[in-house]
Amino acid sequence: MVNIKINNTDVTVEEGTTILDAAKTKNIKIPTLCYYPDLDIKSDCRICTVEIAGEKGLVTACSTPVREGMEIKTNSPRVLNARKTITELMLANHDANCTACEKNMNCELQTLANTLGIDENRFESVLEMQELDTANTSITRNPNRCIKCGRCVDVCKNVQGINVLESMNRSHEMVISPKYGKYLSDEDCTFCGQCSSVCPVASITEKDETDIVWNALDDDKKHVIVQVAPAVRVSLGEEMGQKPGSIVTEKMVAALKQLGFDRVFDTDFTADLTIIEEGNELIERIKTGGKLPMMTSCCPGWISLVEQKYPDLIDNISSCKSPQQMFGALAKTYYAKKQNIDPKDLFVVSIMPCTAKKYEAAREEMSVDGKNQDVDAVLTTRELGKMVRQMGINFDQLDKVEFDDPFGITSGAGAIFGATGGVMEAALRTVSEVVNEKPLEKLDFETVRGLEGIKEAEVDLGGQKVKVAVAHSLSKAKTLADQVKDGTSPYAFIEVMTCPGGCIGGGGQPYNTTNAVREERIRATYQVDSDMKIRKSHENPVINKLYDDYLKKPLSDLSHDLLHTHYRKRNA
Amino acid sequence: MLEEILKKYPQHEDSLIEILLEYQNKKTKRFITEEEIAQISNYLGVTESKVCSVVSFYTFFSTEPRGKHIIQICKDVPCYVNGRGNVLKTLEQLLNIRIGETTKDEKFTLEYTSCLGNCDGAPAMRIDGKTFTNLNPNKVKAIISEYRGVN
Repeated sequence: MVNIKINNTDVTVEEGTTILDAAKTKNIKIPTLCYYPDLDIKSDCRICTVEIAGEKGLVTACSTPVREGMEIKTNSPRVLNARKTITELMLANHDANCTACEKNMNCELQTLANTLGIDENRFESVLEMQELDTANTSITRNPNRCIKCGRCVDVCKNVQGINVLESMNRSHEMVISPKYGKYLSDEDCTFCGQCSSVCPVASITEKDETDIVWNALDDDKKHVIVQVAPAVRVSLGEEMGQKPGSIVTEKMVAALKQLGFDRVFDTDFTADLTIIEEGNELIERIKTGGKLPMMTSCCPGWISLVEQKYPDLIDNISSCKSPQQMFGALAKTYYAKKQNIDPKDLFVVSIMPCTAKKYEAAREEMSVDGKNQDVDAVLTTRELGKMVRQMGINFDQLDKVEFDDPFGITSGAGAIFGATGGVMEAALRTVSEVVNEKPLEKLDFETVRGLEGIKEAEVDLGGQKVKVAVAHSLSKAKTLADQVKDGTSPYAFIEVMTCPGGCIGGGGQPYNTTNAVREERIRATYQVDSDMKIRKSHENPVINKLYDDYLKKPLSDLSHDLLHTHYRKRNA
Repeated sequence: MLEEILKKYPQHEDSLIEILLEYQNKKTKRFITEEEIAQISNYLGVTESKVCSVVSFYTFFSTEPRGKHIIQICKDVPCYVNGRGNVLKTLEQLLNIRIGETTKDEKFTLEYTSCLGNCDGAPAMRIDGKTFTNLNPNKVKAIISEYRGVN
């Protein structure tokens, strides 16, 4: 243990602890900007600068380990002055038009300037306005707001193993950009949006589609329906000021009704449907000697990685569309017909924890009529939060409202799609009961849950031991994909989610997502599951009715037309 | 030539700078093209963005063709306050090019570099790896005519 003094308070911490973490133990707040929990220490921004008695220069608290007898001042005039200067320098090269910014009142640089009491900038602006990257359907990059903290580079390179974003040039000419200043859409970007999730300012944001949705809601001729992904009900609360892990399902439905949606449906329903189709696809592949391991297809970031970097694995990917797109296809066919609505007048919105879902909805395969998108607009959890605030809804005071029929009757298996390991667990609940023809003794597959990077399990399918694996984050996905490519993969079935923690940690989720927050959202997700009356997809009565009335049977011709898709090798 | 150089190095990110240095020094115009960056990134299993990041960080590397002699003038503060402006102006006039350009006869390229570690002898510059300090317009004229005379 090491004994130090911070602001004259005695602190005892383990050797190797940074000054920043030592201060936290005594609730002493040192401001940070490039620092982000669970990511690398960069000490780029110098904001966490502190003074150490007897040392000439100031040091960064995020990167300096404590030493015995250290006397640290976190708020001396010298420290405050340095922080102020650093912030003023950043602001002099920042498009600080705060009232015209998505992150107004939610911006780490703005908060910092405010707490430091910056009321005027001594430095003249040196900002040279650069072109925005708005060339893709998911993510907007605004270099004029970038403060070069490097969080996006870190997450893109080290968490996702993609490394499209990098720092280019040096010193004051340094910019963060893809190679040669290209658009993200020219690069092997998967649009996972983790960069947008960690950006402290509004330099990287989701492409805002709220205006499109407001206009559709205002159009009397349009029948506007919405589906909500499993991971949104355990995170939207944070947008509304509630603590991480709050389950807000019924209030969320109520809010969507107030926003004016004609019907509010649950993506959990098509998650159940995915399990029936994908489970049967797996059984068929095992029975007929088809391509194994089968790999999940519900995550568009992962699909992009395979199409760009692992084209040899395309046949390993399940042909099932994602739950979002199964919903879109059913809405524009089955639902429209049943409600006697011309599909042209039906506007389908989805609320997703994800930025890549915007890209997925815009893929040309995702259109049953070959012209219009099945899912017309995709909003992130953050965008829904924005709309609820724009509407002036008092979220906490809302009455609880249930999802609408028919796509509102769901199982716990659909609900856990939101957490890493959830699709695997949901599939195992169904596949093992179908194959083994007897009910499972225990529904919870705990070995595939949680934040460990790669998880494994072994299951008994009709007397045959089958190995399965789960990966979350693309760097971990690459580990499993490399095994499949080399022919060394011991697994029959692999679940991959692009984002750490799965969709609950998606790139479109509320800001300040850390592993601690992910844990809370995961806990809430399994709570939703265990509270459900139905916990297996194949026991969802509405799914069974859908097959009886319309699709006939899993993997039928109509199922293939509507619910399955194909992939292609592509550059960028 | 690049392929032969690549083969000598392990396929790991750590080899990047050595490969870039060796290859660039063997090329007549000492610069690296986009195609070569792609080839190197492919060999090392890193992204082109990563290679671009390194190439653009170090002033040793260039993505533009360069002349026979590379004149690099220090861009940092001590050289600035000690009269780099006049030194640069003299160089630009003598060579009839602007900073970042190469003379028509392809004899000289004039570019900036980051700190040369000779702040006590500011302003400083480097020509083909040789450092010159305490520069002033007359000294620069003498140095350049010497390089011209040699060639």
